[in-house]
Formats: sequence, C-alpha cells, structure tokens
Amino acid sequence: MSNLLDLLLNNPLLLAEAALNGLLLGGVLALLALGLNLIFGVLDIVWIVYVDLAMLSMYLIYFTVQVYGFPLLLGAVLGIGLGVLLGIAVHLLIITPILNSPPINQLLATGGLLFFIQSLATFLWTTDHRSVRLNLPTIEVAGMFVSFARLIAFGLAVVVMIALYVFLTRTYIGTAIRAVSQDRGAMSLMGANPQRVYVVTSAVGGALAGVAAALLIIQYSVHPYFGAAFGPITFMICVLGGLGNMFGAFVASFIMSEIISIGGVVWSTEMGYVIAFALFIVLMFIRPGGIFAKRQ
Amino acid sequence: MTLKRVAALILLAVVAGLPFVPMGGMRQYVLHVVIQIFIWAFIGNAWSLMGRFGLVSLGHGAFLGVGAYTTTLLWNFYGLTPWIGALAAVAAAVVLALVVAYPCSRFGIVGHYFGLVTLAVGEVIRLLLIAERDWTGGSLGLTLKTAGDASFKAVQYADKRVFYYGAFVVWLLGLWVWHRLDRSMARAAMEAIGEDETAAASVGIHVSRFKLAITSLSAALTAFGGVVYAQYIAYVNPETLAGVGVSLRIVFAVVLGGMYSLLGPTVGTALTISLSEYLRVKFGVHFIGMAETIYGLVLVIFIIFLPSGIYGSLRGLVVRRPYRPASGGTA
Repeated sequence: MSNLLDLLLNNPLLLAEAALNGLLLGGVLALLALGLNLIFGVLDIVWIVYVDLAMLSMYLIYFTVQVYGFPLLLGAVLGIGLGVLLGIAVHLLIITPILNSPPINQLLATGGLLFFIQSLATFLWTTDHRSVRLNLPTIEVAGMFVSFARLIAFGLAVVVMIALYVFLTRTYIGTAIRAVSQDRGAMSLMGANPQRVYVVTSAVGGALAGVAAALLIIQYSVHPYFGAAFGPITFMICVLGGLGNMFGAFVASFIMSEIISIGGVVWSTEMGYVIAFALFIVLMFIRPGGIFAKRQ
Repeated sequence: MTLKRVAALILLAVVAGLPFVPMGGMRQYVLHVVIQIFIWAFIGNAWSLMGRFGLVSLGHGAFLGVGAYTTTLLWNFYGLTPWIGALAAVAAAVVLALVVAYPCSRFGIVGHYFGLVTLAVGEVIRLLLIAERDWTGGSLGLTLKTAGDASFKAVQYADKRVFYYGAFVVWLLGLWVWHRLDRSMARAAMEAIGEDETAAASVGIHVSRFKLAITSLSAALTAFGGVVYAQYIAYVNPETLAGVGVSLRIVFAVVLGGMYSLLGPTVGTALTISLSEYLRVKFGVHFIGMAETIYGLVLVIFIIFLPSGIYGSLRGLVVRRPYRPASGGTA
C-alpha cells in the first residue's frame, strides 16, 4: 500500500497515465468479454478457446499486412471474416455434438481445442513474437504520454460495442438472441429453430473476436501463448460481470483493466494480475452471480 | 487367486524388473520416461479423486507449485531435508486447498464456476512465483543445490534406479488411495453430492465436510507429486509446475485415459508422455508442438465420442456391469 501512496504523492502524473492506459485497455478487453459473454448467454457454454480464436485472426492480419504488404484495412476485414468462420466451425464441429453433455465436458472440449490451436501455432509459426509495425505517434496530453494506436483501438472498440447494442436491440435476430439467453426452453416451444440462433450467435461472437484481433495486433505482438495471456482475464471478466450479463461484463472489463494497469505501475505486471485474480476469487465468494446480481 | 490378480502380479513383476533388463545405452532414457509417467500418473490420479465427483479443478498447478517450491526453497535457503520439507509442502497445499474449498463449498460454487475459480488460483500462484523473483528465481526457475553424488538427506541420486523405485512406490501409493476411497462410504456420499448437492444434503450427507476432505486429500497428494518431481528433475520453474498450462495438462491426460477408473489416469499419462517423447525423438526440434497438436485433437474427439476415456471405455466393454460415471457439475 505504501508504494501506491508514495506514487500518489510524488508522481501523480504517472498514476494518471496508468489509469488512462487502463481505460484504453479496458475497451479492447470489453470487446473480447462481450463476445464470450454473448455466446455464454445463449449457449450456456464457456468457450475457453475464445481468445485463441482471436489469436488466429491476429496471425492472419500479421501475414496479410506485414509479410504480404496489403493494407491494414484489408487485413482487418480478413481477420474478422476468419473470426466468423471459426465461430461457426467451433459451434458446428465441437459444440453441436455435445450440446446436452455435462457442462464440464463442454468446458474440456473447448479446452482441448485451445491446446490444439496453441500447439499448432507453435508448430507452424514457432514461438517468435510478431507484430504489425505502424508508425503511429505517441500523443502528449497534459504531460501524459498515450500511444495513438491505443487511442484508435479504444475508439473503434466503443463504436463496435454500440453497433452490437443496436444489433441486439433493434434487429429481429438480435431480439431472438436476447430471448434465447433469457429462456432457452421457451425458444423451442415457440416453434423457432434454436440451431439458427446458435449459429448466428457463434458467428457474431467470432466476428467480435476478429475485431478484437485487429485492434490488438496494432498494440501487442502475437505469439502462440497470446490466448493463454489474455484468456484467463477474459473469462474472469465475464464471470465477474455475471455470465451472460452484457452490461456487467462491460463494467467489469474496466475494473480489471484498471487494476492490472495501475497495479503494474505501482508494483509489477505480475502483481497487477495477482491482485485482479485475487479480487475475482473474493468477489466470486461474495457475489457468485456477478457484481450486478441481486444479493442472495 | 483370480485371473485379474495374476495379471496384476505379472505386470508388477515386469515393472519392478525393468531396470535390470539389458537395454544397452537406452537404459537411462527408458527409465527417465517411465519415472515421468509414474510421477505424472500419480498426480493425475490425485486430480481424479476430485474430478470423478464433478469437482473439476482447473488449478491443480497451484498445489503442484506450492509443493515443489516449498521443499526446494526450504532446502536451498535453510538446508532443511526434503523428508521434513515434504511434510511442510503437503501442509501448505492442504491449507491452500481449505482456503479455496471452504468458501467454494459455503457459497455453493460448483460446475464451471468452480473450474474458473480454481483456474484463477493456479494463475495467482504462478504469477506470485514469478513476482517474488528475488528468492524464487522468477521465470528462470530455481535449481536445487546439489549435495554431491548421492545423498539420502538431500534425496538426490545420480542413479536413476533409485528414483525409479521411489516413483514406482509413490505411484502404487496413489493407486492404493484411489482404491481405498473407491471402496469406502465416502465414495457413495461423494457420488451423491456430485449428482445433486441438495438431494445429498437432504438424506443427511454432510456436503461441506466431504468436499473439504476430498479436496484436501487431492491437494496433499498433488503437492507430494510436485515434491517428488522437483527432487527428480532438481529444477523448478513456474511455467512447468504452476498455472493454467500444467493444470490443463493434468486434466487432459486423465480425461484421455478415463477419470472414472483406477488405471485411467495412468493409461492417459503413459499415452501422452509416450506420444510426445516419440515425436520428439523422431522429428527432433523441428516438430515442436506437434505432439500437443495431435493430442489436443485426440482429446476433443474423445470428449465428444468417448467421454469415459480410453481405459474406461475398454473396461466398459469387458466388464459386464455398465460403468456409469457420475454426471458433472450441477450448475
């Protein structure tokens, strides 16, 4: 605690910079968490492999832009397309056959896929860190330095989240998705085909992973363990916000990203994560339904 | 004496005699692979004590790491013999297990919520080991201080045969614990809890007490496995002994072999280790990741088509009584 106080008194600007960076990271984390949470809300399955799907899109964007020299926009479109395809493929090939198995088997099946993707990436592309190099400036705002790439990523993440909101509330299929997440059984009773909603949900979830990939590749380098680095924090955000609760996931993303960012500056990167995970464990005990659930 | 017992005795005799089979220059390598199979099968076995009752932990790396690092740090800094260090390691793991399991049981955290909480615990331990780099060596890991060629006090032997028999006995101990539990009333109680906690409580089963006991037992054995592994390899590293990676590896080997049968974890571990060793020897460093790629794929296929694992399914074909596993979590 003394470190935090020390920094607050002697170098408040550094702390403010960390807080701002946390906010910007939160935007991209929120995108991943919302995608994962959308799938969870509808299918009641945690895709442990979710961030690894984003990682595959990141690789595709890296190769398109950095190796073959196409513009970043094309790379981003391809990355999102791959995300959609992967989302649908995971649903049809892995989730559909075990839709009625115990939840643990579903968790382990997507976990097996994680293992597969992680190792395949190691095999194909080695453990080298690869990044898309953009010559974007660093902006100085009131003495704080903020990377322009992060700022763009944050702005686009917010735009995509608004689009997701509009999709879920203003379109027919979006309304159907929300209906299923409220009551899975009623869907079949109304004579609708749940599989269609499941596939659309998985595709949208995959697309969000693709968008997140495009926003992540301009800030971080991609490597086979990228999913392992960002995966756990993403599930924890979903659980913290309440699995299936989109607003909760949105808020939880910023709580977690602030802890990681500020903790990282005050102590060390690892300690930032330790505090975030410890908070997650404690909050799970106090409010197992997420921070916005009604007290039991 | 039944046929089963005869087969088991022959198998034991073969395993016990393996170090004396002439294998030329291959002996050290073969023993190394078999020792690893024994240790990881023991750890998988410890995991399955919980897993088979729907308490699927994705953070057993935490107990493994606590165990391995406790003895290693006590030996390196205080010269405390691992014989006593192991007791401290097991005690530390049990305390950690209770700290996690008590609130989980108290607040009814089951199914994938339990999985995610344990996953967070595994990550916390891994990150703490990295963060406290002044004495744990951080990501670089820590080498056990050597005590000369062979030392009983330090449990360090250059001769692999010592560890071979040690690991063999430890593995048998794990099987014995599994068997004892399988025959006890606790098994019936835990199965009832795994199926439906509320119903189990309504017929007078003390749900929390059984859950805490089984979690502590599993954590204690896992930590002990970690100690044995650290003594054998004489090097500890946060990535190989804590965190999500190793935790999932343990789970996968067990699920592959079958978590509802005595030899399932052993069969699964033997298969995964043999496969990765085979590919490593055959293709060398060019094929890094190939072994895991194959068994990741095999695993997904297994969970979809053979949820009771290789050994569990084969056993189901031979034994007439259908072997029905307890269903997973209730959430």
